[in-house]
Amino acid sequence: MAELLLIGRLAGRRIAFPAERVEGVVELEGITPAPCAAPHVAGLSALRSRVLTVIDGLAALELGRAREAPARDAIAIPCDGHTYALLVDEVEDVVEAAGPHAPLTAPVGAGWDRVAIGTIEANDELFLLVDPYLLIAGPAAHAA
Amino acid sequence: MDELINDFIAETRDMAQALSGAIVAWEAMPDDRERLDEIFRFVHTVKGNCGFFDLPRLEQLSHAAEGALAEVRAGDRVADTALVNAVLAIIDRIGELVQALETGESLASEEDGELIAALSGPAAAEGQLAEAAAAPEPEAKRSVRSIRLAVDLLDRMMNGVSDAVLARNELARRLRDAPRDVAVEAAFERVSQCIAEIRDGITRTRMQRIDSLFSGLPRMVRDLSADLGKQVRLEADGGDVELDREMIEMIRDPLTHIVRNAIDHGIESPDERAAAGKKPAGVLRVSARQAGNQILIEVADDGRGIDGEALVRKARAAGLLSAEQADKLSPAQKIALVFMPSLSTADEVTAISGRGVGMDVVRANIERIGGVVDVDSRPSQGVRLCIRVPLTLTIIPALTVSAGGQVFAIPRSAIDEILRAGAVRIDRIGEAEVATVRDRRVPLISLPTLLGIDGAAPREEQKLVLLKPAGGEVYALAVDAVHDHEELVVKPAAPAVMAAGLYAGTTLADDGSPILLLDPSGMAKRAGINFAENEIDRALHAGAAEAEGARETSLLLFRTLDGGRRAVPVAVVERIEDVPAEAIAFGAGKLRVSIGGRILPLAGCAAAPAAGKMRVLRLTDGVAEIAYGFAEVIDIRALVLDFQPAPAPGEVAGVALIDGAQVELLDPHWLFAQHADSGRGDAPQPVCALPEGDPWIDNMLRPLIEGLGYRIARAGEPTDIVIAREEDEVPADANVVRIRASAEGEGVHRYDRAALIGALAAAKGKGHG
Repeated sequence: MAELLLIGRLAGRRIAFPAERVEGVVELEGITPAPCAAPHVAGLSALRSRVLTVIDGLAALELGRAREAPARDAIAIPCDGHTYALLVDEVEDVVEAAGPHAPLTAPVGAGWDRVAIGTIEANDELFLLVDPYLLIAGPAAHAA
Repeated sequence: MDELINDFIAETRDMAQALSGAIVAWEAMPDDRERLDEIFRFVHTVKGNCGFFDLPRLEQLSHAAEGALAEVRAGDRVADTALVNAVLAIIDRIGELVQALETGESLASEEDGELIAALSGPAAAEGQLAEAAAAPEPEAKRSVRSIRLAVDLLDRMMNGVSDAVLARNELARRLRDAPRDVAVEAAFERVSQCIAEIRDGITRTRMQRIDSLFSGLPRMVRDLSADLGKQVRLEADGGDVELDREMIEMIRDPLTHIVRNAIDHGIESPDERAAAGKKPAGVLRVSARQAGNQILIEVADDGRGIDGEALVRKARAAGLLSAEQADKLSPAQKIALVFMPSLSTADEVTAISGRGVGMDVVRANIERIGGVVDVDSRPSQGVRLCIRVPLTLTIIPALTVSAGGQVFAIPRSAIDEILRAGAVRIDRIGEAEVATVRDRRVPLISLPTLLGIDGAAPREEQKLVLLKPAGGEVYALAVDAVHDHEELVVKPAAPAVMAAGLYAGTTLADDGSPILLLDPSGMAKRAGINFAENEIDRALHAGAAEAEGARETSLLLFRTLDGGRRAVPVAVVERIEDVPAEAIAFGAGKLRVSIGGRILPLAGCAAAPAAGKMRVLRLTDGVAEIAYGFAEVIDIRALVLDFQPAPAPGEVAGVALIDGAQVELLDPHWLFAQHADSGRGDAPQPVCALPEGDPWIDNMLRPLIEGLGYRIARAGEPTDIVIAREEDEVPADANVVRIRASAEGEGVHRYDRAALIGALAAAKGKGHG
């Protein structure tokens, strides 16, 4: 069976996440700030009875900060016993990959290089395959 | 097979641990058949299991011990010290082998033979005989239905239930917003109740009797005192108090250390004790009790006490204390120096207490789990150490506050006091601020500034929360508003959030929004408050804080069965329990309740409930205990008692204003005077001698005298009062009450109850005067 991909838009680019690392797409009802936390943490939000740590995808790429919005879609990603909500510009669809991903052969740009796994083809389009765990870890983890 | 072996290992270990108390008891009383049987059963079971698993070494050892014990059981041999030591050595060896089996290590087998030889001792020749006389297998005495569970499964269940509670809270919130539907609300009520029950049950599965902590002590005390040539009698009390399993593990090491210290440094050698006019055997009392949502564990010895002056000299020598500081220390503060790092009272390092782990580590470990250690010492009378820890780790009582419109929680254990910022002098020193609270300067941290949040309320409208973090110095935290006391289910926060170093975890408010739990010591660290340099000042200030604390009384607020709000000092509450309605009955003129094998007078309710359960406070005055029925706990608050006294003495001492509501304060003195069973407990009772062999005295007078709180003297015992008939001879110096059978004559008539009571009281007064 082919790998399932979640296609979304982040920093204006369409990217693919491995669907197996994603729990689902959630709508966040307000974000509680977490002052002094790592810069790519947008705050906390509640999903049912759980506390989600909201990750600002733009900040994780060090490309800016997500705009404030009353309610917005996020991708729920369980990782190391915590659940994170990754803020993206838009969540599009889940598609089947046409084949295995290919490694990157050239740099794909500041910020992206750190989180990219490779390229992958689906629906006759080529997407950048991004590791959500690396987005969650944030820029500091890379520096360390 | 692996699973069976694991079960065997776990079972053997549990049994060995439970047994150590029995062995010591057996040594003290070799005739104690029950203990002997218990030990015999252990080695017998081990032997049986070993045969099944093909573990020849364990089998040999247990077989040898079984043989020797069988001789004792058959009366062919006396349990002398040599035998007890040999059996102990074998049981230890079994423990080691089982441990090795678990970890896969190997243990040298040479010593096995020696251990077995030590067992046979002088009676080796009779071994064969004992073999033949081997007793039949003793029947299992207790057959409690139980299963073995992995702790992480319980943890998972606990997490699941915590989630269910939060989900229920969210559902409640949505229901409030939705149009009312009676049927849905009823269904929700039921779900709510089920969840509450499950939570209760799971919480209880995580609880363990503190017995499991105490059961290892007798053996340890025995071994230590034997090594040191001291005599120590251990008294353990309150083993039925229950505590979170995790907490028990956290307390184990500190408690062990304190007990070791007490025996090594506290209790003197028999000669030294005799010279000081004490009994040769020292007493070590370990007790546990529950007070509100805290557990108190007390370790007290009657040894030489802590030498405060020696501690001061050491601290001075180590450069930890200036002469000026030393002069200012009160006796209690000198003793508290024992908690300072790198100070140990003993001049010589001994093998028992050693060096390295000091009382400072004990204190740090206790404080890490939100607990407190206090020490109290009297020269040549002994040391009393009191450990106070919260019941569980996962549910934390917290205070919610806000800064810049955002809500945060602060663990209540760290909160000393809450003040209005307008009522406190605040000085600005450079960029920092200092608050002066009752002549005491404390650093002031503004929460909005610390967190970099805008829109803080003006300073005079802010509140100051005085925080005393574990192992740190008191500081004031300025917040915009203080909201509520809540019990919060706390979960760890994601690493990216914890990286801030300010938070202890996350939780959800009733309205479903996330709340960050602040970490008091993390905040102090981030604000740059230096702990280490202030250690001495802290010790100096501890006294001041205590003096303030003394004026405050910790009160348990509760709702009575008829819905009123009342409060009782936490200090007199031993614990809170649910009792079934059947346990409550009207007997001998009072309403009484049976709890844990005891019968206590019951106050606070007029009649037994028809069915179901009743919640009771177990109140204690240190000697007697009474139960007080109530509906629910509202809160625990520390308050300066300021109340309107009741016009006449009664159950209620007066009424106070707490959180804007009138609360009646119970009068424990009146309650005990009215309800407590007299003449119970260990208080010194007046002793009364009675003529012997008179049926009227034995059957009629004796119960009356005992009912009045006197103890009847044993033969030859000194007495306070002697009751004599007309014909009896009495010692010249005794306080005598004469009773007469005839209507006329000297003394009190035997049926004149009032006169008899009066005469006894008069005689007693004379005896004491």
